Amino acid sequence: MYARILGFAAIAVCLAIPVFAAVALSDAAGSYTISPAASSIRFSIGKAGGGGLDGAFARFKGSIRIDNSDVGRSRVNITIFPESVGTGQSRVDAFLRSDAVFDAANNPEIQFRSTSVKRIGDTTALITGRLTARGKTFPEKFTAELGGLKSGRIRFHVTGKVLRSRYGMDVGTPIYSNVVNFDMTLTGKRS
Amino acid sequence: MPALITNDTTRYGWAAIVLHWLIAAIFIGQFVLGFVMMRVSSQRTAFELIQLHKSLGFLLLGLVILRIAWRLGNAVPALPRSVASLERRIAPLVHFALYVFQLALPLSGWALVSVSMLEIPSVPFNLFVMPDLPLAESDTAESFWISAHWYLAYAGIGLVALHIAAALRHHFWLKDVVLTRMITPSSNHEAE
Repeated sequence: MYARILGFAAIAVCLAIPVFAAVALSDAAGSYTISPAASSIRFSIGKAGGGGLDGAFARFKGSIRIDNSDVGRSRVNITIFPESVGTGQSRVDAFLRSDAVFDAANNPEIQFRSTSVKRIGDTTALITGRLTARGKTFPEKFTAELGGLKSGRIRFHVTGKVLRSRYGMDVGTPIYSNVVNFDMTLTGKRS
Repeated sequence: MPALITNDTTRYGWAAIVLHWLIAAIFIGQFVLGFVMMRVSSQRTAFELIQLHKSLGFLLLGLVILRIAWRLGNAVPALPRSVASLERRIAPLVHFALYVFQLALPLSGWALVSVSMLEIPSVPFNLFVMPDLPLAESDTAESFWISAHWYLAYAGIGLVALHIAAALRHHFWLKDVVLTRMITPSSNHEAE
């Protein structure tokens, strides 16, 4: 009985650990194009009294390059089209697109260009880069967790917090938090 | 001096006078603000003006409740003897209607934000979160309360205009103390 439990445990451990051990740098290395269909960029802003405003960007593009010999030299570039913002409330969407927030007519792109990638765990990395929105650029940090690598597709779960006031988007504070919580699933197809 | 705080049967005290003018300024200011905030082109400015309108609305509601309590617990000064009997009968009705509008306007605004699908919290003057009224959210309910708030606002401001015209008539035409006794408690209330 014990032997069977141990046996199962051993199999489980073998299955669990090698998933990422197996994603050796050499396997993951390469250039990927982010597939919007298999990815999502969601955000959430807390509000006074609880709850929050949740939304997502429907249109974005980007690339991920994982360096063969040095993770630190990997790069991530993402361009988001704020015109595609969606919250489920058309009036909120119109407000976000307007010059009150994104001013999408004059600033059609939000860009993130990584400047450094640092491995902070077996499957996690801290990505630092420059975020540009509404003509303002600031350094931002995101945490990326490797979700899987299979047949030329790599998946990351990326989270991070951005202070919107820095980008001239502080409308509604303090009723709505200044902190925007990003939650992204990025799937890259080897290119 | 404390005697001048409360009303007596011949004059208004400072409490009633201050509440009257404070509420008058906020009520008329809210009408103007409401008109402007729905017409500004900047969505950001509109959002900020709407939040200010909500803050002032909650302040107004608090002041009006205080005012009604004060009114119920205080003497009501009699009208000057010179006031004609028709006016004597109509004036209290108009005053009652003014109180109804003072209450109904902030309450209908509160209902409006409570049922809105936008779920924008009410945080008067960024001080505290005012809970929503327990009403079901829907676009239909929001449209209803927007209309109600709009009609009440225009009817209310019409009534305020009538009230101002009556006060000016008393002061400049009838030359009685009806207006001046709402300015200071020390007016010569027994004139006429």
